[in-house]
Amino acid sequence: MVETLSYAYGILRADADVPRDLAGIAGAALRLVTSGDLAALVSTVDAEEFGERGLRENLEDMRWLERTVRAHSRVVDAVAACAPVAPLALATVYFSDERLRTVLEERASAFEAVLELITGRTEWGVKAYADPSTAENGPADREAPYRPGQAYLGKLRQRREVRAQAESEALQQAEGMHHALSGLAHASLLHPPQNRELAGYRGLMVLNGAYLVDDSRADEFASAVDDLASKSSARIELTGPWPPYSFATLADSRPGRAP
Amino acid sequence: MTSGRDVEPRSVHDAREIALVDLLDRLLAGGVVLSGDVTISLAGVDLVRVSLRAVIMSIRESAADADSWSSR
Repeated sequence: MVETLSYAYGILRADADVPRDLAGIAGAALRLVTSGDLAALVSTVDAEEFGERGLRENLEDMRWLERTVRAHSRVVDAVAACAPVAPLALATVYFSDERLRTVLEERASAFEAVLELITGRTEWGVKAYADPSTAENGPADREAPYRPGQAYLGKLRQRREVRAQAESEALQQAEGMHHALSGLAHASLLHPPQNRELAGYRGLMVLNGAYLVDDSRADEFASAVDDLASKSSARIELTGPWPPYSFATLADSRPGRAP
Repeated sequence: MTSGRDVEPRSVHDAREIALVDLLDRLLAGGVVLSGDVTISLAGVDLVRVSLRAVIMSIRESAADADSWSSR
């Protein structure tokens, strides 16, 4: 029975300059596990916490999840500032460095391809929020009511229609934004709208896009976001720069992942 | 409703805390997915990922909103 496991954060080129004295999950020291031209960023984690049973329980615990997500992200951020790094999904865990080295060897060409894709490019996030409820009070009552009940139902129907129309317009606008921003990006994808409570917003998240942008076009991209925001009734939020989480994917190794 | 850009670009060295939901979007749904030893040892059943999916589902919008999104 092993007592510790190797937690892998990301893959990078073996000759990359990596900042010294980085701490990983639970403050553990980071090391590089290399195989040929590739290296993985690794730290030692507790086997009980990150083993099968531990992970299954811990992943349902939001506080544990947040702590781990932030530690993972801190490591990847620090390294991404110095060298192209393909971040791994949360909780990629091996019994030993040796096992991980084997995976690096077996998937070398896929990793090379990902590193090629992300080198010189950065991920940006753009979210747009619409508030269709503001449209409800827009148009005044169309006509004087004959009967109170009928008037009430009519008003409800009208409100619903106005709201539905506002929603559909907001979504259409978001699609236009996504199209425009995708035109400036090397690659793009849509994340599902975020949970309202967890993300703390009101209204409708009509866009949660990720864009992999050439670093040489970063300013152009930011200006385009500015421009779209000034023309739109939706509230636009730009996040980033992000390590390229949304684009560091191996197409053939995501079994069972719904698109 | 006010229009305009609510822009807070964050640099890696920025001390401000990145929103957890934005991180979850990326660390749970993104990143290179490898079959780690822990998942392999589960006799072909990808329980860790199942568990991750459960978390993802719990942080996602309601099914209704997700539907309206995908039918865009």
